[in-house]
Parts: sequence; C-alpha cells; structure tokens
Amino acid sequence: MKKMTKKKIIQGIGFFALRAAMALVLAVLLLFLYDIGKKGGGALSWEFLSQAPRKGMTEGGIFPAIFGTFLVTLITAILAVPLGMGAAIYLHEYARQTRVTRLIRLSIRNLSGVPSIVYGLFGVILFVNILRFGTSILSAGLTLGLMTLPWTITASEEALKTVPDSYREGALALGATKWQSIRTNVLPYAVPGMLTGTVLGLARAAGETAPIMFTGAAFYLPYLPKSLGDQFMALPYHLYIMATQHHAIQQVRPLAYGTALVLIALILGLNMTAVVIRYRLRRKRR
Amino acid sequence: MRKKKWANVKEAAIRVFFFACGILAILVLIGIFITLVSTAVPAFREIKVSEFLLKTNWDPTSPEKEEYGLLSMIVSTLMVTAGALLLAIPIGIGVAAYLSDVAHWRTREILKPVIEILAVIPSVVVGFLGIVLFGPVIAKIFHTGHGLNAVNGSFLLAIMALPTIISISEDSLSAVPAAYGEASLALGASRWQTLVRVRLPASLSGIIAASMLGMGRAIGETMTVLMVTGNARSFPHGFLDSVRTMTSNIAIELGEVPYYTTHYYALFAIGLVLFVMTFVVNLIADVVLRKYQEREQ
Repeated sequence: MKKMTKKKIIQGIGFFALRAAMALVLAVLLLFLYDIGKKGGGALSWEFLSQAPRKGMTEGGIFPAIFGTFLVTLITAILAVPLGMGAAIYLHEYARQTRVTRLIRLSIRNLSGVPSIVYGLFGVILFVNILRFGTSILSAGLTLGLMTLPWTITASEEALKTVPDSYREGALALGATKWQSIRTNVLPYAVPGMLTGTVLGLARAAGETAPIMFTGAAFYLPYLPKSLGDQFMALPYHLYIMATQHHAIQQVRPLAYGTALVLIALILGLNMTAVVIRYRLRRKRR
Repeated sequence: MRKKKWANVKEAAIRVFFFACGILAILVLIGIFITLVSTAVPAFREIKVSEFLLKTNWDPTSPEKEEYGLLSMIVSTLMVTAGALLLAIPIGIGVAAYLSDVAHWRTREILKPVIEILAVIPSVVVGFLGIVLFGPVIAKIFHTGHGLNAVNGSFLLAIMALPTIISISEDSLSAVPAAYGEASLALGASRWQTLVRVRLPASLSGIIAASMLGMGRAIGETMTVLMVTGNARSFPHGFLDSVRTMTSNIAIELGEVPYYTTHYYALFAIGLVLFVMTFVVNLIADVVLRKYQEREQ
C-alpha cells in the first residue's frame, strides 16, 4: 500500500514537471506576443502604414518596407510555387525508386537545412555577380525562392499523398494518359493542400533577413522600386536596422516595435490565409 | 494515328518538365557547394588552412598584419549552440511527453498549432525581443552592464529550436506501438514509469534526430545571434562574454568588404565551414530518422 502511494507521488511530480515545461513555453510565447502587441500597437496609425520614413528615419512610416516585402515575396512565389509543385508531382506521380530519385530526395532534405545566410552568399555569387542582376529586388526574390523550394516541394508532396490511388487508376483504366489522369483526377484534390503548404513557405520567406541583406535590401531609399533591377526596403531588414543600426536607437524604439508588429501580423495573416484556403476549398468540393 | 503521336510527344514533354523540376533540387545543392568552394579557395592563396582553422585572431582590416583565425568564432558558434540545446532538449522532450502522454486529446489539438506560432516568428523579431526583453533582465541578474552576450543568444536559439524538437519528438512518441505501453501498464507500472522506462526509450532515435535538426538550425541561425550576442571578436571565456559567431561575422563584414579581396574570399570560406557543419549534422539526423522509420515499417 505504501509503495503504491510512493509510485503515485513520483508520477505526480513527474507529470507536474511536464506541465511546467508546457506552461513555460506558452508563457514565453504569450510574453512575446503581448509585448509586441502592446508596444507596437501604440506606434500604429494610418500614417505609419502609408508614409515613408522621414527625418533620418526618426519619424514617418514604413510603407516602402511593406511594399518591398510584398514585391519580393511575389518574385519568391513566381519562382518557388511552379517549380516546387512540379518537383513534387515528379517525385510522387512519375518517379520510380531509382538512385536519381533517392538523390533528389536527399538533396531536398539537405537544402532545407542549409543556413539562410549561406543562401545569401549563393545569391550574391549567382544572381548578383554571375547573372549580373546586381543588388536588386530580382536577385533577392530569386534567392528567397531557392530557399523556399524545399519547403514547397515537401508540402506539395504531402498533399499529393492524400489523394487515393484509386482516383488515378480509375482515369487510367478509362484510357486516359498519365498527365490526363493527374490533371483531372489528382490535382483538383491536391491543389488546396499544395496551396496551403506553399503559402506557409512564402510566409516564412517574407520574414527572412539574412538572404536579402546582401542581394538587394536597402538601408533607406527615398523612392519606391520602379523596376526589378532596383534595390528595395523590406520589413525584416528595416526592423534589424531600427533595432541595432540606427543612430538614435532609443528614440526610434516605438517605430521598431511598430515594424515588428506589422511584420508578425503579416506573417500570421498569411498563415491564417493558408488555413482558410484549405478549409474553403475542401468544403466546396463536398 | 498522327494525333496519337502528338499526344505521346506532349506526354513526354510534360514528363521531362516535371523531371527537370526534380533535378533542380540536386543542381541547387551542388551549385551552392561549388559556389562556396570556388569562392573560398582563392582565400587560401594568402591564408594557411591551419591558420584559418586553428588561430583565434580575426582582424582582416589591420593596417600592420591582417589576421584570419576563425577558431574564436567556431568556438562561439558551438558554445551558443550547446547552451541552446541544453535548454531546448529537456524542455522540448518534456512538452512532447506532456502532449502525447498527459494532455487530453482536445487540449493537444489546441496546443499543437499554438506551438507552431513560435516557429513562424521571424528570427529578426526574436532578436529584437532579445534586445528589449531579455537583455535588460540578464544585465540585472548577472550585473553585466548590458545583456548582449552568449546567454542571451542561447536562450533565444533554444526558443527557436523548440518547435522542431517538440513536433518531431511528439511524432516519434505517438509512433511507439500501443502494445509497448499497454504491456507495461498491465505489469502494474504507473503511467509515469511507462513513459520514462518504456515509451521514451522506444522513441529515442526520433528524439535524437529532433535534437540534431534543432542543432543544425541553431548553428546556422544568423539574425538572432547577430542582434543579441554582442559580437566581440575575442575568444570567449564564459557564457557571460560577448561573442561573435560565424554567421554573425559574415553578416557584419560582407556588407563592407571590397569584392574580390582575400577578406571577401575568406568570408565565403566561413560560409563553406558553416555549410559543411550543418550538412554533417543534418545528415546524421537524416540517417537516424530514416533508420527509425524503416524499423517502423
């Protein structure tokens, strides 16, 4: 009997420790969101969202950074979405278990572990120097696109896995070609999942700083980028500057908080959009 | 007949396009490697490899004698990473065990996406919070004047590694065959004993892989450590020292360095060291994870 209670006490202590670990993680997350929400909310205004920085970035807003992040993410999407989906379709629908297939999978897993600053170095050599795109919004977008590729491939393949084989076989049995069966019987069911995964990848790319620091993001620009060859301001890089590089860091702290809030809101917003896309398209199909 | 032939050509072309998309992954990985190697090699015309890896002084812009010793930064990177893992692994396993063995399934379904929010917070925002939230606290506790040091970096990297460690550990805990746990409970063991003596050991390979992936992320993380570790170039003597990691050094110096100088090439050599380190760590994680999945099947 005595032993029984001892066992229970140990279990109680153990489970309490596990709950404490969970509570700690939640507390840190809440602290993060609360601090940014509270102090960043104070800096928000229509002016902050729609104006350019003024007076050595001690006043004004962050519109050029929002605009730049939007544009660079668009280029990222144009590169990463079709190629990522294509690679996923190849791996799941066409590829057999050959050495090449295994090599492709190994490459994808390793690419997702390459540090973001290394992608930045690669972008400097390939896009800025060799292809002569210069430090531009194009170079930065393509660098981010390459970095996003492994995530979009993995997410798209997960979506393809959820389509039952009988769908493909049904089309093939009726005499459809491989591509016809994919187009009519696989993609319509897989695309919601593919889009969701892709938007999640793009949200991550939009928050990255290291890959764009040397491929196109600018400290401060008095004008918006007019072409793909121009430099641009971006939200994450702007936050980095306002937090560490500005000549009057304490004075611009509210602006930094505001930038952080807008960046987080943008990324959480994209994440929600992804979830909503999946939900809507699923319901429509029923 | 003609139409059929055309259809065949179209099928083949589509197939080739998708194949090319797949091959692109290999090309990018090889491309990154070749780029780093070919840009790093010219640095070693003037720097000895042994000096680069074993000397501790890094001073490429010194007017008297330029020095390219990377060791301080390698040690700083490993130190900050080790500190992060020391915090993140026990807490991560604890949370994973809570989710899989303690929490009600409905609680679990709510908490899992909440933890995912931690994973989507951009590293530059985490770094910012390290400056404004943890920096002052660390300065007060340890009386260090400012709180920008290795501890701060480790703390933030731990937070960033947690979602990876939690989600993969939780996956591997739920993949342990139910019969293992049931057998243990049937023998009279408590749920806690079952967790610690049966279920955790059975999912060890998944937990190790999760920790390795977390480690790879911590080694390669740039913005967070750049913002909060203080970036002093000296050799670190403790966790309260201001340290400069390899990633930070690239970020700090690449913006100002003249192209095609030894210094420029040396920064790519640091990139190569980083690439190789993360590659090896991720490969180990990969092998462990694969072995464990094969056993499952």
